[in-house]
Amino acid sequence: MSNAALVQVQNVTKTFHRGSEDVPVLSGLDLMVNQGEFLALMGPSGSGKSTLLNLIGGLDRPTQGSVSIGGDRIDQLSDRELAAWRARHVGFVFQFYNLMPVLNAQRNVELPLLLTSLNKSERRQHAETALNVVGLSHRLKHYPRTLSGGEQQRVGIARAIVTDPTILLCDEPTGDLDRKSGDDILTLLQTLNKEQGKTIIMVTHDPHASARASRIVHLDKGQLSAQPA
Amino acid sequence: MNWFTQVFAIAAFNLRSLPQRKGAALSAAVGIAGVAAVLVGVLAIAQGFRHAMTKSGSPDTAIVLRSGADSEMTSNLSRDDARLISDAPGVARGSSGPLSSAELFVIIDLPKRSTGTSANVPLRGVGAAAFDVRGDITMVQGRRFELGKNEVIVGAGAARAFSGLDAGQSIKIGVNTWNIVGTFTAGGGLAESEIWTDAAVLQPAYHRPEGYQSVYAKLTSADTYDSFKDALTTNPQLKVKVSRLSDHYAEQSTLTSGFITTIGVFIASMMALGALFGALNTMYSAVSTRTNEIATLRALGFGSGPVVISVLTESLALALVGGLLGAGLAYLAFDGYQAATMNFQTFSQVTFAFSVTAPLVLTAVIGASILGIIGGLLPAIRAARLPIASALRESA
Repeated sequence: MSNAALVQVQNVTKTFHRGSEDVPVLSGLDLMVNQGEFLALMGPSGSGKSTLLNLIGGLDRPTQGSVSIGGDRIDQLSDRELAAWRARHVGFVFQFYNLMPVLNAQRNVELPLLLTSLNKSERRQHAETALNVVGLSHRLKHYPRTLSGGEQQRVGIARAIVTDPTILLCDEPTGDLDRKSGDDILTLLQTLNKEQGKTIIMVTHDPHASARASRIVHLDKGQLSAQPA
Repeated sequence: MNWFTQVFAIAAFNLRSLPQRKGAALSAAVGIAGVAAVLVGVLAIAQGFRHAMTKSGSPDTAIVLRSGADSEMTSNLSRDDARLISDAPGVARGSSGPLSSAELFVIIDLPKRSTGTSANVPLRGVGAAAFDVRGDITMVQGRRFELGKNEVIVGAGAARAFSGLDAGQSIKIGVNTWNIVGTFTAGGGLAESEIWTDAAVLQPAYHRPEGYQSVYAKLTSADTYDSFKDALTTNPQLKVKVSRLSDHYAEQSTLTSGFITTIGVFIASMMALGALFGALNTMYSAVSTRTNEIATLRALGFGSGPVVISVLTESLALALVGGLLGAGLAYLAFDGYQAATMNFQTFSQVTFAFSVTAPLVLTAVIGASILGIIGGLLPAIRAARLPIASALRESA
């Protein structure tokens, strides 16, 4: 596996505008993440870790600086190009799973595949494979309301990996789970990282979760302070 | 990346999640149904009125009035005028002479069955050939009046709408009493709102021994109308206005049907404004309650265009359901409903049936769709413009 920096965040500043007031969240931040890394982003509330994750995931744009993923300057893409880029390269795992309540597990996982050229049976097959990877092959037809929190998050991870994205971005993936379910999810993420070489960036405030990562960086007041895992 | 697949997928979620928002969705659909029902109902009145008025006129029948007269009420023709018109070229002939009827048109007061209040009913004195000239007069009860007698026959619409007009009864007007000897239909046309008698009997009763107001003439064919008209209008002995009966009735109906249509569209517009806010509210709340889903879909890579179209699709679907429901209810409630109203051009009552036609239903459905699209547009744009990162955070 190459050690070339997959993610290059350079001199990034992000300022939000609240009314007439400018609120700086990130200021002159640099971050490199290598392919195959499992990086934990830690920091207190309001430190800018979710903002940084959103910039890397193309959900938001920096006020200044550049964000390159796999050589693509995503901060320079149009909204339409950025949406297509996200569909191809990013798998998101959310704290509250963000599943569609009217779709069963399999259909939820199939969602990102609607943006590909796969036909219906191929989509179904890919979704089943992804659910099998997360250990939910027996819950294909279950709706989110009938699944436990841990199971819902597994469906969320299956949805994130089903397109075989370049990078997995996880925002507090265990934040809404009990310790046991959280551990299972972290083990699953570790497995995806180690066995399938997935590059993962995980935002967490839980030291127990960050301990599973290969590298931890701390954010405080919009600045990074690195420490080895 | 298939744009239509995205639209279809998101629209499908929206529609499938409707049961979770059934209260708001139902109120929007019912609001739009109300607009459609009122629009169809009122336009059905205008349509029925127009139908009753124009049904009566066939293109091979002409009506002759005095030059400058807008209606029979303001026309006046002499016996000599009537004779010259009857003898004009192009008038069809029956076994007993030309198929033309010199007619007298007066208005009498009779109480309405529905309210008991009196209203103007046309009493028409006709010539012997009137039945052949009109062609669609059918006696449904009793017999025709006899010439020279104080007998009348009553149109089925007038008999339904006014008291005391059943066959066998009599009506007293001034010093004269008229026996009702029959009831007739006229194919749903204007004559059904009238009472008919012999013009020769009506003339002395109304002190107009020499006068008529109109001459109705059956032409040998619709094509001879122009030569008939030219013959009359170029005759220096006559000062007349000649019209095809179908055109004349269409003209006579414009004021009233236009008035009804204007009122109907005004009421429906006011209701539409209310329904529009209902639809807007529903769609805003739909977008608001699904902020998380919309933001998630966009995070996954779905474009904002498909999000807009899918929200509009939902709004349109609700509006279509409402439009069809309203038009259906209006059809069940109003189609064929018998009513009478004033024709402002003759100041007499016209009886007619509300008529809910396919074009009216289509108009209502199109109107409802427009409401749906307008109601969904702003919420759809809002959904598409949601900043994904903050929408995910706010809805978490």
